[in-house]
Amino acid sequence: MPKQLEVRDVETHAPTLVGANTAVQTDDLHAWFDQLHALRGITLNVPERQVTAIIGPSGCGKSTFLRCLNRMHELVPSARVSGTVRVHDQDIYAPGIDPVLVRRRVGMVFQKPNPFPTMNIYDNVAAGVRLAGERDRRRLDDVVERSLRAAALWEEVKDRLRKPGTSLSGGQQQRLCIARALAVSPEVLLMDEPASALDPAATLRIEELARDLAKEITIVIVTHNMQQAARVSDVTGFFLGGQLVEFGPTNGLFTRPTDKRTEDYITGRFG
Amino acid sequence: MGSPQGGRLVRDTARTGDQWFRLLLAAMAAAVPFVIGTMVVALIAAAWPAILRFGARFLITTTWDPVASQFGVLSFVYGTVVSSALALLIAVPLGLGVSIFLSELVPGWLRTPISFLVELLAAIPSVVIGLWGIFVLVPWVRTTAEPALQASLGFLPLFRGPPLGLGLLTAGLILSVMVVPFVVAVSTAVMRAVPTAQREAAQALGATRWETTRTAVLPYARSGILGAIFLALARALGETMAVTMVIGNVAQIRVSLFAPAYTIPAVIANEFAEATGDLYVAALVYAGLVLLVVTVAMNALARLLVNRVVQGPSFIAE
Ligand SMILES: Nc1ncnc2c1ncn2[C@@H]1O[C@H](COP(=O)(O)OP(=O)(O)OP(=O)(O)O)[C@@H](O)[C@H]1O
Ligand SMILES: [Mg+2]
Repeated sequence: MPKQLEVRDVETHAPTLVGANTAVQTDDLHAWFDQLHALRGITLNVPERQVTAIIGPSGCGKSTFLRCLNRMHELVPSARVSGTVRVHDQDIYAPGIDPVLVRRRVGMVFQKPNPFPTMNIYDNVAAGVRLAGERDRRRLDDVVERSLRAAALWEEVKDRLRKPGTSLSGGQQQRLCIARALAVSPEVLLMDEPASALDPAATLRIEELARDLAKEITIVIVTHNMQQAARVSDVTGFFLGGQLVEFGPTNGLFTRPTDKRTEDYITGRFG
Repeated sequence: MGSPQGGRLVRDTARTGDQWFRLLLAAMAAAVPFVIGTMVVALIAAAWPAILRFGARFLITTTWDPVASQFGVLSFVYGTVVSSALALLIAVPLGLGVSIFLSELVPGWLRTPISFLVELLAAIPSVVIGLWGIFVLVPWVRTTAEPALQASLGFLPLFRGPPLGLGLLTAGLILSVMVVPFVVAVSTAVMRAVPTAQREAAQALGATRWETTRTAVLPYARSGILGAIFLALARALGETMAVTMVIGNVAQIRVSLFAPAYTIPAVIANEFAEATGDLYVAALVYAGLVLLVVTVAMNALARLLVNRVVQGPSFIAE
């Protein structure tokens, strides 16, 4: 299977990896749901302005990991976290840190598109900026257009910004959610299987978008689909049973996995 | 079961039990609208002399004079509507606050006992609430609430006049106590039905708890909340016992909320037993018919709105 994957250009890619700064750094990150130990000591560095893919079988803790990076995990009652997460060298679990502000710097896109159904397209995109206190009409217009352009949705919706967000197709709704997340200018965007509810064409658009966005911001994307991870990411982490088995440049991980379990997973022997 | 050549797809008579069962259920289901239908017909028949005599004038005149056989229901409509509106004015913000607390803030283990207590309030017989009204609420309103309102808001005609204790204000207060459980029960249910994905969408944008409630939960649940309000309204409009014990039972229209008033259910309950003469009885039934139409309409609207939320958001168009 990995041999069928389109292997991206290793020569042009590898050097950027070496030079990359770290956007998010986790150190011995553990997470629990009540008694369930869902993450068991994850230590990894997410490179800045690249796409990092997280792969692994269902239930291995991918979503939990992602949700620890913007402090969404703790919203689940009885959920617990230990270890450190640094976003651009700032410990987001340090005392005195406001999780609400963390979430503005580390945005999130979910598996199923979840636009606000009572809001039109414009208000959906503007929601986060308005929460942050922006009221100026001109600046809001500006942010909405910029975010929709960045999410590659502007051309499709510019004439119907007052239509409900739910009137869009699934793929468009997901790009709307991406625009909504981008509107608050996050440094990092977390995407939890953002294309798993979409058809292949819409999936490709989201993947292209993720690549484009990585020119400006850091992307961490969870995916079930290894072809997708190979197409979209610069770095890949393989999770298994709440642990990080292997982490490295995507090409290397898919063509020459160092761990037997990674090889088994990417060749489809389990999961 | 089926032969290897392929089972039969046409059903024979072996399933008649199924059909009988279906018939039975259909009959049971038809019984409910039938009872309601005959009730309406019977009411119209009983009210017929008054309908013939007064027609639509019944709705817009205030004279209620059994001796002169002149009947107009307007002052009762006024008392019913104003006391119910007052009740909503108090019960809706209060009930919504409790619902938000129960659905968004309270830890799970506390939610059940609290909502149990609130819903218990709905189980108290209204005559008992009326007794509490007479012995606790009325004196408090007379000696404390009304003087205070007059002192602070007395420039409004709404809060002028002698503090009697028995009147529209007290009726509104007691009704609000009675309808709060309905507001709480229904709006908590619709808020809890808002998908987690909606809350997370707001939280991921950096919304605080209250902002999440405001941007994600309340808009999504809005038509269900509206339904809860209509349900409470229908309930307040029809409430009889507790209201008649504290409203003063005077058929009049006064601007002041301190003034005694009268409601449709109250006048029916108080006068029906002594009503002499066909026209008098017919007028009371006619009044009941007016009340029925209003409350049924409110209830139907309420169900419609609540169902829409429970079934999901696709209905919410611009
Ligand atoms: N809200 C929750 N409450 C309790 N346990 C949970 C909760 N969410 C996830 N878990 C458990 O935590 C573990 C990790 O779940 P997580 O959602 O992170 O897996 P995942 O890798 O994202 O899986 P999938 O690919 O199916 O999305 C699983 O065992 C799961 O059952
Ligand atoms: Mg997941």
